[in-house]
Amino acid sequence: MGETLAEKIWTEHIVSATAGEPDLLYIDLHLIHEVTSPQAFDGLRLANRKVRRPDLTIATEDHNVPTLNIDKPIADPVSKLQVDTLRKNCAEFGVRLHSLGDVEQGIVHVVGPQLGITQPGMTIVCGDSHTSTHGAFGALAFGIGTSEVEHVLATQTLPLVRPKTMAINVEGKLKPGVTSKDIILAVIAKIGTGGGQGYVLEYRGSAIRDLSMEARMTICNMSIEAGARAGLIAPDQITIDYVQGKPHAPTGTEWDAAVAYWKTLTTDADAKFDKEVDLNADELAPFVTWGTNPGQGLPLSAAVPNPADFANPEDRGAAERALEYMDLKPGTPLKSIKVDTVFLGSCTNGRIEDLRSAASIIKGKKIASSLRLLVVPGSARVRLQAESEGLDKVFLDAGAEWRSAGCSMCLGMNPDQLKPGERAASTSNRNFEGRQGKGGRTHLVSPLVAAATALKGTLASPADL
Amino acid sequence: MEKFIKHSGSALPLRRSNVDTDQIIPAVYLKRITKSGFEDGLFAAWRNDPAFELNQPQYKKATILVAGPDFGTGSSREHAVWALQNYGFKVVLSSRFADIFRGNSQKMGLLTVILSQDEIEKIWQTVESKPDTQITVDLESKTVSYEDKTLSFVIDDYTRWRLMEGLDDIGLTFTKIDSVSKFEEKRVSFKPKTLPIK
Repeated sequence: MGETLAEKIWTEHIVSATAGEPDLLYIDLHLIHEVTSPQAFDGLRLANRKVRRPDLTIATEDHNVPTLNIDKPIADPVSKLQVDTLRKNCAEFGVRLHSLGDVEQGIVHVVGPQLGITQPGMTIVCGDSHTSTHGAFGALAFGIGTSEVEHVLATQTLPLVRPKTMAINVEGKLKPGVTSKDIILAVIAKIGTGGGQGYVLEYRGSAIRDLSMEARMTICNMSIEAGARAGLIAPDQITIDYVQGKPHAPTGTEWDAAVAYWKTLTTDADAKFDKEVDLNADELAPFVTWGTNPGQGLPLSAAVPNPADFANPEDRGAAERALEYMDLKPGTPLKSIKVDTVFLGSCTNGRIEDLRSAASIIKGKKIASSLRLLVVPGSARVRLQAESEGLDKVFLDAGAEWRSAGCSMCLGMNPDQLKPGERAASTSNRNFEGRQGKGGRTHLVSPLVAAATALKGTLASPADL
Repeated sequence: MEKFIKHSGSALPLRRSNVDTDQIIPAVYLKRITKSGFEDGLFAAWRNDPAFELNQPQYKKATILVAGPDFGTGSSREHAVWALQNYGFKVVLSSRFADIFRGNSQKMGLLTVILSQDEIEKIWQTVESKPDTQITVDLESKTVSYEDKTLSFVIDDYTRWRLMEGLDDIGLTFTKIDSVSKFEEKRVSFKPKTLPIK
């Protein structure tokens, strides 16, 4: 019997396998940021160990960094200490670091692909659950904890139990105004936040093959929101074209060898997934979350659900709690919900295509006077590219704030936070209680819905303008 | 890592599903560069609420957290495990754990035990009516017992052995480091390197 793509990559990276033990897997690339690494470097120091492969390791500053006045010292002393600690650790252990102000600085999952160090067939890890993003290239990429960060630094390997595989088949064609963000929100609503636990998801089907690389990254990014540590998409010509010419892409005969290998990275026709889920792209509409976990989502044309209608008591309880936190009443049309802040950015939707699509809706118009629109490019390069295309002017002329790169309001570790009771439409990935600031309320949306909402003042898609 | 063989203590019932790691410890508490002191951020958003279980005097001594399904979803932050341990929890019981949280807890010696939702419900009811109920979690026999009940749970033999011996993974991997070197010799040359900078 044939193998799935995830199984192929897994098998190729086994350093040692012993019955009854986890497989020891080789890690091709280790991405690092300031929040989940200090204790790992400390562990190395205590044990007198070094970083085994600094040449397969790269660090950037993203979670804590301010997006305003980045030429000044970081004002929050605790954030500053964490960033300074990363700088000290990278210097001591010889790890490449892109600091605030560096042209390659940005969110770690935006930086990897744009440097071309994210390539098909690799194993990629980072102390961040959205590492699944890199699966869009046909890589096996997943988030790890700090103990595992230390393990990879010391050994360039990880002991892991082989996951099961799940196919997410998305056939058909997306309607205009429907994006890859809507696909993944619909997938999570369908299988639930625990549906992918123990699985690697492989996104397949004509609707997936039609997507650009950046749209594919949005889907794989949120695999973790369905409980799956990793999600991937088989590489094809779109992938190859995207990698070609990037700073760290292979060249010459190495390029040819790499492409020949990448073309073998598909799920065999006779391979069997442990589970399959089907979604019809023709039927999808712009999606929005109404609750406090990413599985609590509905088409934008729907109304806030009534908890009493949930058959499962767990779901009912969760819906009741969510509506209380979100201050929403059952039956309220989602499109009537007023928002205070629109956040465009994050490792989910902070890439150049995301900024372009939002700008295309906003161009020449003004945002609603009742709200603020925060635009935070995913990396310094994305910011520069956007500025070269005049997108910064589009946003600024509309009344938005144009910021420097970082994780920003996705998790509010820097000063970009919601105030208690504030409501946001956000292109990020988590609508958890307090995620974007204590007491803040989050509705997850695509960049197109974010842009339309910013103009209208209430949750809206471009078709509603 | 401290060895885990058997633990007895009272329990805290947490009747909520989908308690993500942002609820266990919000991002603003993640700025420390040590593994200690995170107990002040544990369930921070709910700590102001006097009705929240952690604030109720009858559960003050609890060392076993009895959680709803899908505990530990979301962010990979190991700080969630440290916060629970720093506060004094030794065991978490739930019907479903998120993968990364469970992996992190097993690296740190916080035992995560999967029971059925029916079993969790019965423990909740028992603990709510008798908060002093002593629960014993025995990794040797793979059982959770309280009152006259004994429940079995499943854990893979390798993880169980590691936890009972208090072994750290890095040390174990270093015993196989020659096979890592051999693997590296065979790696194809077109795989990217981060250095030198291009």
